[in-house]
Amino acid sequence: MFGLDKKDTGLLLIVAALVAFAPILLNPFPENSALAQFNAGYPDLMQRFVIFGIFAIGFNILFGLTGYLSFGHAAFLGVGSYAGVWMLKLLTINVIPAIIMSTLVAGLFSILIGYISLRRSGIYFSILTLAFAQMSFALAASVLTPITGGETGLQTGLNDPRIFPEFLGGGATSGGNIPAPELFGLEMRASYELSVGGWLWTFNAGYYVCAIIMLVAFYVAIRIFRSPFGMMLRAVKSNQRRLNYTGLNTKPYMLACFVISGMYAGLAGGLMVSMDPLAGAERMQWTASGEVVLMTILGGVGTLIGPVLGAGMIKYFENIFSKINDNLLHQWFAFMPDGLEDFMVAVIHPFIGKGWHLTLGLLFMLVVIFLPGGLVEGGQRIGGLFKRKKKNTTTDTQSTAAN
Amino acid sequence: MDQFILQVLNGLDKGSAYALIALGLTLIFGTLGVVNFAHGALFMLGAFCAVTLSRILTLSHTVIDESKKDFLGNPLKVEVPYIQDWFGQAAGQTIIDWAVPLSILFAIPIMILIGVVMERGLIKHFYKRPHADQILVTFGLAIVIQEIVKYYFGANQIPTPAPEAFIGSFDFGALIGREPGAIIYPYWRIVYFLFSALLIAAVFAFLQFTTFGMVVRAGMADRETVGLLGINIDRRFTIMFGIAAAVAGLAGVMYTPINSPNYHMGMDFLVISFVVVVVGGMGSLGGAVLAGFVLGILESFASLQAVIEALPGINQVVIYLVAIIILLTRPRGLLGRKGVMED
Amino acid sequence: MGILEVKGVNKRFGGLQALGDVNLSVAENSVHAIIGPNGAGKSTLLNCLVGMLIPDSGSVTFQGESVLGRNPHEINQMGISRVFQTPEIFGDLSVIENVMIPCFAKRDGAFELNAWGAVRGQADIRDTAEQILIDVNMQDKRHINAASLSRGDKRRLEMAMCLVQQPKLLLLDEPTAGMARADTNNTIDLLKEIHDSRDITMAIIEHDMHVVFSLAERITVLAQGSPLVEETPENIKGHPKVREAYLGEAQV
Repeated sequence: MFGLDKKDTGLLLIVAALVAFAPILLNPFPENSALAQFNAGYPDLMQRFVIFGIFAIGFNILFGLTGYLSFGHAAFLGVGSYAGVWMLKLLTINVIPAIIMSTLVAGLFSILIGYISLRRSGIYFSILTLAFAQMSFALAASVLTPITGGETGLQTGLNDPRIFPEFLGGGATSGGNIPAPELFGLEMRASYELSVGGWLWTFNAGYYVCAIIMLVAFYVAIRIFRSPFGMMLRAVKSNQRRLNYTGLNTKPYMLACFVISGMYAGLAGGLMVSMDPLAGAERMQWTASGEVVLMTILGGVGTLIGPVLGAGMIKYFENIFSKINDNLLHQWFAFMPDGLEDFMVAVIHPFIGKGWHLTLGLLFMLVVIFLPGGLVEGGQRIGGLFKRKKKNTTTDTQSTAAN
Repeated sequence: MDQFILQVLNGLDKGSAYALIALGLTLIFGTLGVVNFAHGALFMLGAFCAVTLSRILTLSHTVIDESKKDFLGNPLKVEVPYIQDWFGQAAGQTIIDWAVPLSILFAIPIMILIGVVMERGLIKHFYKRPHADQILVTFGLAIVIQEIVKYYFGANQIPTPAPEAFIGSFDFGALIGREPGAIIYPYWRIVYFLFSALLIAAVFAFLQFTTFGMVVRAGMADRETVGLLGINIDRRFTIMFGIAAAVAGLAGVMYTPINSPNYHMGMDFLVISFVVVVVGGMGSLGGAVLAGFVLGILESFASLQAVIEALPGINQVVIYLVAIIILLTRPRGLLGRKGVMED
Repeated sequence: MGILEVKGVNKRFGGLQALGDVNLSVAENSVHAIIGPNGAGKSTLLNCLVGMLIPDSGSVTFQGESVLGRNPHEINQMGISRVFQTPEIFGDLSVIENVMIPCFAKRDGAFELNAWGAVRGQADIRDTAEQILIDVNMQDKRHINAASLSRGDKRRLEMAMCLVQQPKLLLLDEPTAGMARADTNNTIDLLKEIHDSRDITMAIIEHDMHVVFSLAERITVLAQGSPLVEETPENIKGHPKVREAYLGEAQV
């Protein structure tokens, strides 16, 4: 289906189903239970899951396929964000031009940076991308303030001179408030809440817009991975010298890959501002570039689904783990004798709340040390254990089936 | 001319810090072939050695001072550091005042220990792994170290003053026969520069004139051959890691009066230090030091009012701009050797 | 006029004259070996032929066109393939993918952004790749990761990757270096078979005289950067100048 083989189609359909039912799946605990803390099914967080998923998928097309480690990918996200906000300010409050423009602008920007950075490889490439991103960040925060809003950031305002205020059903200033981004009249922040028993599910318009775009982005990534182009990129990672002596010019391949990857980042930036029309310079800082590296590695470099998992995991940690506090811990361990309870709380305390970075850092180290293939490899290993057990009983049937 | 000298001086202290961190990074890269992203964290740990020592020195107990009364007429409670009990008030006060320089002695063994533990416990297992893996695991370690420090010391900057004798500035211009008052320079910055120069010289002398250093240099050039000669090169490299950690740590200790330490100061320096290492040439010790000072001074010049007016924003980006230009025109950096990390 | 013409090539590295006035003509469809003692300049010459080095003076032409100053991929597109001393293959990719990449290069040229159609949809490429694997007798290994092949198989795979492009000239840089005797003989047989069944000119740089005398039709002896003799294998054996170059004057 869709020009994919059976396995990839299956993967795409599973991801599609998970994304479609995420508002339900991510809220497994009833609203008033003690575990409601762990519910992640609120619009803001779900939007971030899929947006950073797109960002990581794009980064993985570069790093996973070619092995070129860019430490400046956040710059494209930032540039995309600014372009998006400007479209919302100047053209229309409809998000479609913003999303398209942010992707294009990030693509142009990545042609420039990629053309220069790709003259070097290895750590030199990493440093070059890092230097460009840091320059963009510094300039956006200072000199370019008229364009970027400087440190306060760029956002839509009441008196934005939109060329098409009424374009495609959009633009009505809602009662003197700053208009919210929308799609043909459907506001991105509009939600439909459904309460079943103790559960409360929120279906948010913005989330579903992001989710559909993410699925398209994921589908395109699968096509790229399975295409001759994708195979050449893997060959670049494996042996660039042989590729040159095979009659292929690696430079345009690398540049095309870099630009595609940058456009994914720009798309993510555009979606970000479509959900919340505010773009700040800190989005371009190298820590933001580091974050997408973490996501990709954590999920599984070079795998299709890995970056999405990694992005989800990190955003979950950031938003859920950071909210657990000591009171909550005391509640959980209340069944224990007092001394033990206090001890448990004291042991866990550094890893939660503001300490979630510590948990993340440790987790990340463990993954790099023991699971270089990330969560996907972990899943495969666990799956392998089950399969082996099964295999012992069904060897005969399998061998006949194979023939 | 005065402006020129002043900017050179202003660049020296940051340049010293860059040079020291980059030197340590290069030592580790040259000997072990490991790209250590946790090196900035070592710099930060050094700074917090100074914080810790000054906290230990000011550990106090409460005494009731009958001679002073608060406004209700009750005797006043006074905090008296133990150190003043032991050494007398004046001597105790002096020791507390000199906490930062004293931390050098305190930091050396601690930083070497941290370095050795880090190398034996973690880095050792990554020699054979790709550079990307090394970068990633040390990046993770840096986050962990940073968060632990944040947990114990909080997220705010902790002021750690220099000894009273070095607070304030002096007239450098008058000293070299220029007009008085034209070049005012803080005492501690010149201390920091001299200290760094001494430390750099010590590292180079150690590598140049001791047998240990000679073996390490040979190992940097050709690890396998030295290993075949029956020399336990691994143990020496472990010690070199400890020394590199100590260099970064001392750079951090002495930097505390210039910039009050906080838990993420290391990351801020690390990014620039990597740029410095690459600009200097991967694996070149001299290149790292040279590039450190050159970039520090360039940064200082770029923040001149006249320069900013001519090229807005240049002060923010000059280091990266120079790095990009050098990497494109001299792929191996200023003093890099052929064949280092070219794949 | 040969398919590959080297005229008056000089190359210096600092004070060392690596190549001095090298003239060489490789006839079409022949197997031409270049031999010589260590340091004679064989590798430098080869690197000049494939664009890795640019000579200080002189010309290298392939079918009348200069190869100097061209990128490796352009030289390959002219019809020159190269086999390296240690097999250069795509270790992370499967054997069949290793062979398909050169097929794409042959069909699509140096660059084509073919990011949409799936690899498995390219029937023509797959058929060509399958066929060449049958030719080199590796069809049962096609889904193995190339890095896990034996040394001999890696060499075979590299040959297949070159042959599938139907090059006019195949450059071989010590194709049997570090191989066991059995593997060496297999490689010789493979090369003979290739030469007999296809119109491919081969230029071989080799140390192993067994290989040279089993394959070569013409032999050029290099010594100290200059060609000493160019002769048929029969005449090279026992040629006084060659003995001198290899064994030193005292032996003559």
